[in-house]
Amino acid sequence: MITIKKAKAGEALKDAVEKISGVDLSVCLQCRKCSSGCPVGKLTKSRPSEIMRRLHLNAGNELLESDILWMCVSCETCSARCPMGIDVAGVMDALRKLALSRGASKQEGNVPLFNKAFLKTVEVFGRTYEMAMITAYKLGTGKLMNDTEKFPTMLRKGKISLLPSLGGDRKTVKRIFKKTKQNKGAGI
Amino acid sequence: MKYAYYPGCSAESTARDMHQSTLAVAAALGIEMIEPKGWTCCGATAGHQTDRVLAAALPAANLVKIKDMGLDCVVNCAACYNRMKVANHEIATESEIRSSVCDAIGRDYDGSVKIRHFIEVLLEDIGLEKISSAIKQPLKSLKVACYYGCLLVRPPKVVNFDDPENPKSLDKLVKAAGGEAIEWPYKVECCGGGLSLSRTDVVVNLTDTILGMAKSSGADCIAVSCPMCQVNLDLRQQDIKKETGRDYQIPIVYITQLLGLGLGISSKKLGFNKLMVPASNVLEKVEVSSNG
Repeated sequence: MITIKKAKAGEALKDAVEKISGVDLSVCLQCRKCSSGCPVGKLTKSRPSEIMRRLHLNAGNELLESDILWMCVSCETCSARCPMGIDVAGVMDALRKLALSRGASKQEGNVPLFNKAFLKTVEVFGRTYEMAMITAYKLGTGKLMNDTEKFPTMLRKGKISLLPSLGGDRKTVKRIFKKTKQNKGAGI
Repeated sequence: MKYAYYPGCSAESTARDMHQSTLAVAAALGIEMIEPKGWTCCGATAGHQTDRVLAAALPAANLVKIKDMGLDCVVNCAACYNRMKVANHEIATESEIRSSVCDAIGRDYDGSVKIRHFIEVLLEDIGLEKISSAIKQPLKSLKVACYYGCLLVRPPKVVNFDDPENPKSLDKLVKAAGGEAIEWPYKVECCGGGLSLSRTDVVVNLTDTILGMAKSSGADCIAVSCPMCQVNLDLRQQDIKKETGRDYQIPIVYITQLLGLGLGISSKKLGFNKLMVPASNVLEKVEVSSNG
């Protein structure tokens, strides 16, 4: 059985998650189908069904520290198999969004930094620019030497480009980023 | 047959081989592919993990351009395909998302452009019969484990691609090209997707499981249709060997590369030289010299 400490006033996640994801958390049967199909469930401390239950029981910000938030691979197996049709992966997206806005701590691998580095290259160049993204991410995490042995081969095989692609409609992409930043308060 | 072809960012880096082989196969089968001018990134996983409006607006910026072209949109990258379909679905069904997206892209868009995966075009518009009859170099005795991953088949209600638990589209194409599509259970398991750099340990763990199952099921190679699956399964074999001692040496090829071989296109033109784990066993079995 899962027991939890009730969230402090203003810290409960249930309503915010339901608003962002459009999911009705109360319909979860706790059948654990999401957990048994979850590819990272064998590696994380808590599994999707547990997150769903804790949310329903009115968990607060401590849930945003769960390791599954940033180990979840967004494979959507949970959503596809839920007998109640709950978009569990959508709940994970909502939790990640709340983890960022409520200042939850950084976790191993710092996925938010990776996402930020990835999106920054899109904002600037209109298309992904892996060299800049990888450099920014590596500098930010200090994992400078990871995968460097593969780099020469990848470069030689054209699996990675030295220069960014500049053929995209950068103007529209810049506008999208600007508007999205302005609308952050919209809550969707 | 004419389509607007959205290559996606990886077509210019990690998945040049996918891009090259897609265009070569399309040309051989008389499919005309036109790139929308000024196409931009779909936002990928980083987009939807960050913000729903951003995640829908980035694909929409491309879809309005394709709407102007008056053509169906064809995508071969499973990740772009997924993001575009999800964006279309959300724009068409959620008015709040639609108005925010239209405001962000500066134009009205209703989510109406038809998005097709290149495999769907091959199966539905060209047909297996025509493909079989165009095969010049059958993939004789080649045992292929078809791997679909996540993004082609999920979320099933939105992408509506094949059976989400036991898809057969790639298998059908392998058979049409004269190869053997083996039965195996990990067709839709996840490879770790976008965690390749941030949580390499997770990706090594997941790809080890998938590669092990393909190997014990007797596969000569794994056929994929997603650049992230390709990179993870191909690149991480070195890391798996270092960590576990298991040396799989299974080539991870795009379905379009295999089909291209069958159609008699040179291995060089299909980008076989770009694979990290060499596909020499595949090329030998199909009796093509690796120089093409």
